Amino acid sequence: MKEGEHMLNYDIVVIGGGPAGLAAAIEAKKNGVDSILVIERDRELGGILQQCIHNGFGLHIFKKELTGPEYAQRFIQQMQELGIAYKLDTMVLDIDENKVLKAVNCRDGFMKIQGKAIILAMGCRERTRGAIQIPGTRPAGIFTAGTAQRFVNMEGYMVGKKVVILGSGDIGLIMARRLTLEGAEVKAVAELMPYSGGLARNIVQCLEDFDIPLLLSHTVVDIKGRDRVEGVVIGKVDEKRKPIPGTEKYYECDTLLLSVGLIPENELSKNAGISLDPVTGGPVVNESMETSVEGIFACGNVVHVHDLVDWVTEESRRAGKNAAKFVQKTLKKNGICFRTEAQRGIRYVVPHRVRVHPGDETVDLFMRVDDVYSNMNIAVRADGEKIKTVAKKHLAPGEMENVKISVNSLKDRKGGILSVSLEKEGV
Amino acid sequence: MDKREMICIVCPVGCRLTLYEDAHREKGYRVEGNQCRRGEDYGIKELVNPTRVLTTTVKITNVSLNRLPVRTDKPIPKGKIFECMDILHQVEVQGPIRMGDIIIENILHTGVNIIASRSME
Repeated sequence: MKEGEHMLNYDIVVIGGGPAGLAAAIEAKKNGVDSILVIERDRELGGILQQCIHNGFGLHIFKKELTGPEYAQRFIQQMQELGIAYKLDTMVLDIDENKVLKAVNCRDGFMKIQGKAIILAMGCRERTRGAIQIPGTRPAGIFTAGTAQRFVNMEGYMVGKKVVILGSGDIGLIMARRLTLEGAEVKAVAELMPYSGGLARNIVQCLEDFDIPLLLSHTVVDIKGRDRVEGVVIGKVDEKRKPIPGTEKYYECDTLLLSVGLIPENELSKNAGISLDPVTGGPVVNESMETSVEGIFACGNVVHVHDLVDWVTEESRRAGKNAAKFVQKTLKKNGICFRTEAQRGIRYVVPHRVRVHPGDETVDLFMRVDDVYSNMNIAVRADGEKIKTVAKKHLAPGEMENVKISVNSLKDRKGGILSVSLEKEGV
Repeated sequence: MDKREMICIVCPVGCRLTLYEDAHREKGYRVEGNQCRRGEDYGIKELVNPTRVLTTTVKITNVSLNRLPVRTDKPIPKGKIFECMDILHQVEVQGPIRMGDIIIENILHTGVNIIASRSME
């Protein structure tokens, strides 16, 4: 058999069957593309939502508080009603710049798949102990919070009886409550930063409801135990986030959960030669969610980590719609080109490139701030001239911000730099 | 009680509320620290009758996974959460299950049902 003999062909191939992939595929189909394939490595569609059994999803899109599985099921049902093809238990091994994918599963074996357009929706991965280099022994009982969540909520395995959690992002907080409900004793949640990265509602409903202490400006400085975790040492940190000698305290526990950040999963994007943003860890994209390789689009947590799935859905619909336009050869190119730039107080801005065409209405910019702020303005400038300010009572790195720019304020310009910064109110 | 402090969770601002007993007020409490009306309503409700939507899992057999996610179909009094969990730990259901199927009707006589939050076959 010669290489290339068994090439499958689709107009759009979507990599990942989580919230991003599902929304992108559905939107592409609704915009007139029939030949679509979604590839998912897990045994079912829905991605991480299937293990997020708590409620609070869908407030913006459905005006309801759904659980993760309920949110996923609405999209899975729509996929099936629209007859969109998908392959489960299938791993994509490689993508090249000609949009040829190599994939493998137990049923079809090795496959080559040609897409006219590709949508990257691989999501993100958790940072592990190795990524943050906690000293100590290497016993069993150390889990990332999301792995523990899957064990408890789907597979039916309890991870431990006495638990310490490092990191106060939302997954860590949610797991503190979840393990408490299942009978474990959660001794403390330690957070390196002086503020929590999680939503206030989760601090209240996951920690305060169960009297679980939140130790701000603290970290795990040692792990004890030979075969199984026997305890961890937690110490206070200074303003440079370095542990302060003499502040160490021992916590007896059999389990340590890590909720210390998420990283967009972009090994495939790198192979395809796609440019990545070092700050987000995801592809550089334009207003259409197209990457630096023409016809390859990206959406959801593979681009930048979102805090609300609703915004993933919205971004992915944009990617799906524009991928459909690309296939139909109606996607506008060129236009007036701007490069977005994160300035004072802003960590990053997505999209990275904005092309404006007459007739467009608005451009959405998404961003995160670099610290906790109150009563500030988000200011947007086109080549130095202020075109928009949004007053904000409260800003935090854990909460993504969105600014809508009217195309009218950009269409008579030559292009250049579109910068976003924070300013004190009244300046 | 002479005063109680709490964080408002209605919106991301997260105002720090302080509630005082005050017989002169219609609802019996005075709320300080809130920046909007919703904070006052939240604070008093949280003090007088705090409720929560309980989400958890029950054992399931006859399907590919071992746990079925379930939820209360309405909020239940916060104080009843662990009592509900004690009951749900004893529950075992058989697949297939449809999303929205009632797993336990009127749990603890609260008028609230426990329902499946996904389908499983």
